[in-house]
Amino acid sequence: MTKLDAKIPEGPLAEKWSKYKASMNLVNPANKKKLDIILVGTGLAGSAAAASLGELGYNVKVFCFQDTPRRAHSVAAQGGINAAKNYKNDGDSTYRLFYDMIKGGDYRAREANVYRAAEVSNETIDQLTAQGVPFARDYGGTLDNRSFGGVQVSRTFYAKGQTGQQCLLGAYSGLCRQINKGTVKMYSRREMLDLVLVDGKARGIIARNLVTGEIERHSAHAVILATGGYGTVYYLSTLAVNSNGSAAWAAYKKGAFWGNPSFIQIHPSSVPVLNDYQSKLTLMSESLRNDGRVWVPKKKGDKRPANDIPEEERDYYLERRYPAYGNLVPRDVGSRAAKERCDAGYGVGDTGLSVNLDFKDAIAKQGEKAIENKYGNLFEMYEKITGINPYKEPMRIYPAGHYTMGGLWVDYNLMTTIPGLFAIGEANFSDHGANRLGASSLMQCSGDGYFIIPNTITNYLADQIRIPRFDTNTEDFEKAEKAAKERIDKLLSVNGKQTVKSFHKRLGLILWDYCGMARNEEGLKKGMKLIDELEKEFWNDVKVPGIADELNQELEKAVRVADFFEIGKLMIIDALNRNESCGAHFREESQTEGGEAKRNDEKYSYVAAWEYKGSDQKPELHKEDLKYKYVEVKVRDYK
Amino acid sequence: MNIKLKIWRQENPKAKGKFMDYSLEDVSPEMSFLEMLDALNTKLIINGDNPVAYEHDCREGICGCCSLYINGHPHGKGERTTTCELHMRSFTDGETIVVEPWRAKAFPVIKDLIVDRNAFDKIMAAGGFISVNTGSAQDSNAILVNKEHADEAFDSASCIGCGACVAACKNASAMLFVSAKISQFALLEQGKIEGMQRVQKMVSKMDELGFGNCTNTYACEAECPKGIKVTNIARMNRQFIAAKVGSQKQD
Ligand SMILES: Cc1cc2nc3c(=O)[nH]c(=O)nc-3n(C[C@H](O)[C@H](O)[C@H](O)COP(=O)(O)OP(=O)(O)OC[C@H]3O[C@@H](n4cnc5c(N)ncnc54)[C@H](O)[C@@H]3O)c2cc1C
Ligand code: SF4
Ligand code: FES
Repeated sequence: MTKLDAKIPEGPLAEKWSKYKASMNLVNPANKKKLDIILVGTGLAGSAAAASLGELGYNVKVFCFQDTPRRAHSVAAQGGINAAKNYKNDGDSTYRLFYDMIKGGDYRAREANVYRAAEVSNETIDQLTAQGVPFARDYGGTLDNRSFGGVQVSRTFYAKGQTGQQCLLGAYSGLCRQINKGTVKMYSRREMLDLVLVDGKARGIIARNLVTGEIERHSAHAVILATGGYGTVYYLSTLAVNSNGSAAWAAYKKGAFWGNPSFIQIHPSSVPVLNDYQSKLTLMSESLRNDGRVWVPKKKGDKRPANDIPEEERDYYLERRYPAYGNLVPRDVGSRAAKERCDAGYGVGDTGLSVNLDFKDAIAKQGEKAIENKYGNLFEMYEKITGINPYKEPMRIYPAGHYTMGGLWVDYNLMTTIPGLFAIGEANFSDHGANRLGASSLMQCSGDGYFIIPNTITNYLADQIRIPRFDTNTEDFEKAEKAAKERIDKLLSVNGKQTVKSFHKRLGLILWDYCGMARNEEGLKKGMKLIDELEKEFWNDVKVPGIADELNQELEKAVRVADFFEIGKLMIIDALNRNESCGAHFREESQTEGGEAKRNDEKYSYVAAWEYKGSDQKPELHKEDLKYKYVEVKVRDYK
Repeated sequence: MNIKLKIWRQENPKAKGKFMDYSLEDVSPEMSFLEMLDALNTKLIINGDNPVAYEHDCREGICGCCSLYINGHPHGKGERTTTCELHMRSFTDGETIVVEPWRAKAFPVIKDLIVDRNAFDKIMAAGGFISVNTGSAQDSNAILVNKEHADEAFDSASCIGCGACVAACKNASAMLFVSAKISQFALLEQGKIEGMQRVQKMVSKMDELGFGNCTNTYACEAECPKGIKVTNIARMNRQFIAAKVGSQKQD
């Protein structure tokens, strides 16, 4: 087993980043335009990075599969973005934000990276504000804050329930400005199919033009992946339906290690599964739990309408079990508590697979107008989907797949194990350990993009200024292009009888059942067997209509689903390996008497980084040991 | 319920498109419109036909991908609803539903129901930003913004760039989209500085790209899924005139 080197700078925690910046290698402004950077992904992480790298003078080529960068999945983030501004004077600080994230992540994240994420959060809010993001304000004209789960301060900045949209549009406008200046060239409707290495370094990508089907070669001195998370592996999730893990997976197969693949956050509050043809689960933001109270009937199988159930017959189970944090417990805790009640027969709705989120008390106290001001668009969204008015009746919610803490392993430079390949935003594994706290992804994505990667990539590129632009007419590119084409042809030639979607849906169910909110050895092994079988069936019986050289949405899906089988299997391998419960990863074998997650720090205080060893080989496990010097590792307790 | 569909099919930008008729049985009123189209596509694929191409991603009304002209209305008839938020309960059993792409010179059809809306990005690149480099921002609370202005700026900023306003307009004007961005920045202290250049650059790019003029019919406002108001257009026009006068003075 090789040792992973996270390249954490020496020195005290709070000084690491400033020391790094003070001593890093630089590229002279005139040389920057000779250096090409490929950036895949235009979510908050990618757009922020593209704008910032363009400003620095690099020659940036940006890719996304949507028709325009502004539609990246970040646009859907609702509740808010954190920063340690302490505008509320409630005792917040960089250290406290760092501490909350380390604890929230159940002591499975790397201290130095998390501290840096907290450190740049303030600059990030300033940057977004200056760019014209219309954050909510108080009457005095200053910015307002609200609270999110798992913390006891108010540090979340927000723009109604559309914070992601507003932050992304801010970063996108910066990206547009650079397109105008000619430092950034935008390649929309392109899907990265493979990563190209030259002499062991990331030097390019193979992309499919989604309009013409043409396979393109692009070269650069370095490649950044900002391709988001793979939560759609469950088929039904809160993510945009085209989100996928394929770009990162291609990098994994070329040698980038994958960190903690099984750490997937199941968000406690989504509109529940209502019927069989449902294609998407819509999130009901965590911010709603600032005012909404979660409950189920005290009586098993109580089918009365929620409003007919008197107060004393309601079980506000979060307030009961976790009096200190109440309805604002972290997501993993909230999700498991909902599952526990529903599994025990107390769930509500036709399927019994949902719980109530009730605004009755908040409306009585603050008035309907105040609630509408805070959550108007979410209430409207809920009513559009379900036909139920949440001002009058409680919402019904249930956990749903939401966010992948796992992702490409990166060091302090946000560089993967492939030199010259960087991963930022949700695509990396870096900052959230085994569980992410609300509003900290937008924070991480923008911090990575605006403030971290522009420095760390410069440090990497400093010794490359003499390397001329890369030719794509080489064997390396040739080979990668050929492999990508062959895979497409193979998918098109199966010509079976079942749609891609039907396979994705079945795969999702397997993973949800056996590698979802609760996992055990027997189930995981069974899940693995089922996926193996389904994957074989897919390659024998999938029907991908049309041809390669055209706009072919079924083909796009097929490529992604083919990868999801493999990603799903790696999730299971990782979940099997980690015989402890931590954060979102709940191994039933490892729980306290009260049903809380039980970590095993002695054996598992490490990041599991997996190395691809070929399609018929088991991946190899590398461990990055986690050492905590600045926080005391404790049992995570929200009671 | 059972429904009939008349859907615009067009193989590629150059091909001549035409309406094709389909029928779909067992449609549940709880299905979203896109889930209904998914069901149609499943049927087409299994029968060996080519599925209908249409754009979508978030399926919750925020990304602006979905873009269908349904029974004569962009995003269908529902008020403040995107196509992905539309449910089959708003249609009746036996109904014939006509589905077309956005029709506008500046939005050419790529395939079936998918159009090219890249012109919006070009307008944005012309001036839809505040020129602030990363790292040069001051503390957020050093910029005070009147709450009402901030809230109004947010309302304008909630445009999803779907293009329904263009599709709804008989002149295919992009005024609502452009004015929403202009207004957002005009209402915020940090956006005011470049206001005059911004409005000129964005408007001239819009004209250059083949969008039509605004003749105040307000179909855009009526069809906008995000409730963007035509008062934005009035604000933009005022700014534009002020900018023209201003630049003449400078000359
Ligand atoms: C419903 C919802 C609400 C959320 N709310 C919040 C919140 O309130 N606060 C918070 O902090 N976090 C929130 N999150 C999480 C947060 O939104 C995401 O983690 C974050 O936006 C991810 O951003 P990103 O830049 O890493 O990637 P994304 O925004 O997912 O962007 C991925 C980009 O990569 C591109 N891409 C991917 N693969 C390829 C490929 N093969 N080829 C070319 N391009 C590719 C896509 O086109 C896209 O541009 C929420 C998540 C969801 C699902
Ligand atoms: S103004 Fe309305 S209709 Fe026009 S692009 Fe924006 S959201 Fe769509
Ligand atoms: S699919 Fe995103 S707005 Fe309709």
